[in-house]
Amino acid sequence: MNVPTGYVVGLSAVLFALGVLGVLVRRNAIVMFMSVELMLNAANLAFIAFARQRAEPSGQVFVFFIIGVAAAEVAVGLALIVAIFKTKHSIDVDQVSGLRG
Amino acid sequence: MTTDLLIFFGLAAVAIWTAICMLLSRNAVYSALFLVLNFMTVAVFFLLLQAAFIALVQVTVYAGAIMVLFLFVIMLLGAERVETRPSLPWQGPVAAAVTVILFGMLALALSLNTQSPGAVPLVGQAFGSPAAVGEVLFGGYLLPFEVTSILLLVAMVGAIVLTRRQRSKEAR
Repeated sequence: MNVPTGYVVGLSAVLFALGVLGVLVRRNAIVMFMSVELMLNAANLAFIAFARQRAEPSGQVFVFFIIGVAAAEVAVGLALIVAIFKTKHSIDVDQVSGLRG
Repeated sequence: MTTDLLIFFGLAAVAIWTAICMLLSRNAVYSALFLVLNFMTVAVFFLLLQAAFIALVQVTVYAGAIMVLFLFVIMLLGAERVETRPSLPWQGPVAAAVTVILFGMLALALSLNTQSPGAVPLVGQAFGSPAAVGEVLFGGYLLPFEVTSILLLVAMVGAIVLTRRQRSKEAR
């Protein structure tokens, strides 16, 4: 695909902004978490575009690491959500206000 | 050139549309399925950008393993529709405004970059193949690779500890 790298990075910016919007607007903890995954994926897309621009495989290795770390993050995050659900019987983030002053 | 641009904008439209649908759908299961579609589209972008190995990792790990985990937790908790009205009524508009500002700054940063990076260089078929990525991964990045494996182990132990039923407390 012979498309200017700026276009791909622009698409990555759009996806990142949509992920930010998801985290700020939704109240369901799982959907917020999925929006974080969307942001990680947008960053991966930018990495791959830059790796292609510079013909440098290190960028692809970085994406590999990011995917690995994201897998670890999802495992711990979903475990936390399950733990919160066990105590609060809800995963609405507005219900998690135990530390409110 | 025009065919490439057509493919790019078509796929970009699919990616943005699935992301918006993920944000808007009231049912968390639909959100997860739209996100799977989004990840598949991005995997096609990876393929088109000469990153075949990463594209397959994306499909198997992200669209496969991680999203199955998400769907499993959604169905385990029965949490498809637990959206209540936000306690702060002004939160939605403010969030939208902040996101627009963020995107505007990103677009500004992109457009202010007057230094053209030049044409995308030609790379051989081997660029991004498992052999090429593996050579770099196990060459210069061996230590980070091992650290990632330890991180995954710690995450696995942490997930088990967090969700384990605490029998000693419940017995009391």
